[in-house]
Amino acid sequence: MKICVLVKEVPDAAVQKRIDPNTMRLDRGGEKNLNPFDTHALEAAMQIKEGGAIPVEEVVAVTMGPSSAVRALHKAVALGADRSVHLADDALAGSDVCATGFALAKVLESERPDLVLLGQQSDDGECYTIGAVVADHLKMPSLTQVIQIDVTDGKLRCERQAEYGYDTVEIELPAVISVGDAINEPRYPSLKAIMGAKKKPLDSKATGDVGIEAGQVGEGGSKTKVLGLNPPPAKEAGEIIEDEDTNETVEKIVAWLDERKLI
Amino acid sequence: MPAVAPAEFPPPFDSNDVIGPPTDAPEDRIEVGVAIVGGGPAGLACANKLLQLLEDEPELTEKLGEVPVAVIEKGKVAGAHLLSGANMKPSAMEELFPDLPKEEWPVYQEVTKDAVYLLTSKAALPLKPMPPNFKNHGNYVTSVSKLGRFLGEKAEEAGAYILSETAATKLLVEDRIVKGVRSGDRGRGKEGEELANFEPGSDVVAKATVLAEGTVGHLTYAAYDYFDMHGADPMRWELGVKEVWEVKEPLDRVIHTMGWPLRKSPRFNEFGGSFIYPMGEDKICIGLVAGLDYTDATFSVHDALQLMKTHPFIKKLIDGGKRVAWGAKTIPSGGYFSMPKRLAVPGMMVAGDAASMVNVPTLKGVHYAMHAGMYAAETIVESLKQDIDSVNFEAYDEKVRNSLIEKEIKQSRNMRQPFSKGFFMGGAIVSAMTVTKGAFPGGHWSQEHDAENEMELGKAGDMYVKPDNELTFNKLDSVFLSGNATRDDAPNHVRIQTHVPREIAQTWVSMCPAQVYEIPEDQLENGAAEVDVHVTASNCVQCGAITAKGGRLTLPEGGDGPLYQET
Amino acid sequence: MAGILVYALHDDEGNFNKNSLGAISEAAKLAGEVGGEAAALVVGDIADDACASLGNFGAAKVYRAKSVPEGLAQPIVDAMAKVIQENDISYALFGGGLLGFEIGAGLTARLNAGVTMEVTAVKVQDGKLVVERPILQDSEIADVGYVSEPGIIIGRLNAFDANESGGSAEVVDVDVEMSEWSTKAKLVQRGEQRGADVNIEDADILVGGGRGLGAKEGFELCEQLADSMGGAVAATRAVVDAGWYPYAAQIGQTGKTVAPKLYLAAGVSGAIQHKVGMQNSENILAINKDPNAPIFEFSDLGVVGDLHKIVPKLTEAIKAKKG
Repeated sequence: MKICVLVKEVPDAAVQKRIDPNTMRLDRGGEKNLNPFDTHALEAAMQIKEGGAIPVEEVVAVTMGPSSAVRALHKAVALGADRSVHLADDALAGSDVCATGFALAKVLESERPDLVLLGQQSDDGECYTIGAVVADHLKMPSLTQVIQIDVTDGKLRCERQAEYGYDTVEIELPAVISVGDAINEPRYPSLKAIMGAKKKPLDSKATGDVGIEAGQVGEGGSKTKVLGLNPPPAKEAGEIIEDEDTNETVEKIVAWLDERKLI
Repeated sequence: MPAVAPAEFPPPFDSNDVIGPPTDAPEDRIEVGVAIVGGGPAGLACANKLLQLLEDEPELTEKLGEVPVAVIEKGKVAGAHLLSGANMKPSAMEELFPDLPKEEWPVYQEVTKDAVYLLTSKAALPLKPMPPNFKNHGNYVTSVSKLGRFLGEKAEEAGAYILSETAATKLLVEDRIVKGVRSGDRGRGKEGEELANFEPGSDVVAKATVLAEGTVGHLTYAAYDYFDMHGADPMRWELGVKEVWEVKEPLDRVIHTMGWPLRKSPRFNEFGGSFIYPMGEDKICIGLVAGLDYTDATFSVHDALQLMKTHPFIKKLIDGGKRVAWGAKTIPSGGYFSMPKRLAVPGMMVAGDAASMVNVPTLKGVHYAMHAGMYAAETIVESLKQDIDSVNFEAYDEKVRNSLIEKEIKQSRNMRQPFSKGFFMGGAIVSAMTVTKGAFPGGHWSQEHDAENEMELGKAGDMYVKPDNELTFNKLDSVFLSGNATRDDAPNHVRIQTHVPREIAQTWVSMCPAQVYEIPEDQLENGAAEVDVHVTASNCVQCGAITAKGGRLTLPEGGDGPLYQET
Repeated sequence: MAGILVYALHDDEGNFNKNSLGAISEAAKLAGEVGGEAAALVVGDIADDACASLGNFGAAKVYRAKSVPEGLAQPIVDAMAKVIQENDISYALFGGGLLGFEIGAGLTARLNAGVTMEVTAVKVQDGKLVVERPILQDSEIADVGYVSEPGIIIGRLNAFDANESGGSAEVVDVDVEMSEWSTKAKLVQRGEQRGADVNIEDADILVGGGRGLGAKEGFELCEQLADSMGGAVAATRAVVDAGWYPYAAQIGQTGKTVAPKLYLAAGVSGAIQHKVGMQNSENILAINKDPNAPIFEFSDLGVVGDLHKIVPKLTEAIKAKKG
């Protein structure tokens, strides 16, 4: 089978993220990295491939984003993907969840995957929804925030936490699964894999190549609009103690608890 | 209490442990043409120059194989571990990219005005005429972490492989010929055990290896031992701590200060000063540098910098601003006599900070590193063109010795030592030295390793201010601002003796800008002469100071450490 | 008439989820302002009375899709899409929780509709709904509007309070033909409880442990501290999924919501998924070595330091104080 893994380039965790007040979009300056949740999806793909319960011919990393996103694809390939696809087009800038999900679905359609894997959220967008949007466009069953995938008899057996405890769900392929970070511990790329990453095929596609029409994506194709940005309601700032002398720190904590009659 | 020096407690480290033959089976080894260790100005200038030269050498390029040039960089990206002033002389950039307009350089601005002040605790006295070593007209303010990214991208565009997040942990040597390096393992636990995602390192074998590791070179210093390359004097270092501030008012000049908060008594050996540079319209950087041969165990460059910012002269420059970056790094300060006696051994060359190519009085090193990298590139192409299996790169030595690198560094060869005689007297001698281009006082003032100085529990620590989190900050907050993402459960990469006299332990605790070392609380005040030292290696920003002061910094897993973006 | 449709989630016994009830009340309030009515969608064979009881929270109408199973999103997307398309419904509102995210996302694709998530408040501007959506780890709040209808609003857990207004809803059965792909995922088991059953909801004092504990064994420190104060131990989802602590002790998005007198967070970073389950605690004390941990943004006392050093000493100090 063929597994497509959706990946995204996001600001590195070390970067203080901020919104550009002029465009109302995320300021994409600063160091970027492969979305950490996506490394779990890649690892899940590799474990299915290496697990042998079902033959996997190909793992393809797929992204949508500016030209710098190529680096995220290189990382994805270093982590095991066989090749990558980059949907890059100025027309995509400013796409909301609805437009992004549509665009990704169109790229995936051209790949005809048996399984689409992705991380449950991106570090910058925190939307948790792309997997389910893509699945409906692709007319595939889907499940999000999955922390265990087993392949038996050509089907997936997935576990995840939902409202009332752990759910176990059996899913037929093709399917779209978003995974949580508890699903695995991603591997480190080997040096050979890092060096080989640039040589693996990378298809760069424009919107027209995958049948996306002008107006379906970008700001024009988006169904939501950011009207304004406000700081969160001011909360009375809590007291902060830096622990320099632990005995002193503990005394302060006990006094604080005592004051509030908590002990 | 008998006086003790950190050197009396050498770290459990043997250079021979990081040097050896390849261990991977021949078919598993990664073959590259040139292996460059370190994605800094030296290594990346070398990579860029190599690829420029190889454009005219299709035959040689072919012989270098699929990966003609590989740069092995331990940081997340080239530039992630780079920190400097930096006030760069343009010569190297001009030579490396003659057709690139200066508007496209990764610099903030050309220096048009500069000033030097002597600080007292209350006042700032302008030094006029300005000591000549501080003149920066025509130089460019840059951030080396940005320069590293720029040079890395250029090199990648030209065809180099930048292997970031990869630590070169072993120098591959066979029959006393350098064959390449081995990359470090990843995915080991605290005790060194293999975790579930363990990934072993690989042997990277090369026709030529360039060590451009920067200050405190892990493999470089091991190679100095192994190949007996040490210079006349041991390596010496200063420690710099730097902050970048978003400010309301742009700064119109480059400022250097001397004096306060460093103490001028010769007893404490607190040699150094501050730099304050404009970074475009809305940012400035401010840093403090001090020699690591100081003798007060409670001295801390980080805390001295915090104190310095409370000086009215400094405070007004950053008042109402916001600290956006922080970092720390050592600077090789031994100068001419600390440079290795040879820069090339069979199969290998050393370039940049690791070879002490820094002119301390003028605070310059970036362009020397780049020039050296370019010389290494020229040497490699000339040598391998003659014979692809040649391991003779001695011509590199020659090129450096006849270049401005050696000439300029030699001029100021004795400049640092006078300061150990006390600030004012030192200052007078240095002025004479600059004017006479090093001829006076001439000769060779001997230097000791920084760790040879005996430490005392002095009172520097009492001067420091309690952080207010607006103008002044503690070490841990600062480490987080560096973007440090070292795994908590990684093995400890800092080698020290962990039960030492109090003076030594306190030296490490105070010195480290990243709060790596701690004396357990129950031992802090119990008066025992010897105490334990706890190491929190995940805080480490790899500044290298511990190597100067009696320990040894080795390399953590590739990708660990800070993610400097604008330092 | 611009209706707002709410999905009313229920457990296997047919008890409605409190977040869904909150969403119904919110929808009723908003519908009043825009001149429409609130409706709820219920799947499965839920009794008339139970369905009609949603009127008590503000639903004017309850659409019941008997043949559609509860517990997985896609069949419910089929049901909601049909109801939205066949009725005058301008918005779909979800009360938070995992299924709401999935159903809302599915509707986005199905109806080519705008979607917002993690919404903490909804307001009416010019007869349209505008949501407040915290972004970048709650450091900013974006006001987001919809350029077309329907609009999908996925609330944050506990964002909307349930209000009993009295009243009964009209129950309307709908026949839903499920999409072919909606039947390809099957619930094998729902709501499995893993690990010991512990009660954290009634405790006045909770010690919450997170990844900062370093290992499963770290919970011993929490237990000792909780014992010294007569409290119980809770956990974040990360450590529950890692198997360090039982599921029943989990707080947050897919766990429990608590509001004790004291919540003492040890090694808890304060991710939004956890925050939503404990932010209403009367007093929040956080110990974390990362000075930038989000938890310090909403704690009353934040201690930046190593919990492995502080917690044992704190336990001793409390014991000593109590005698």
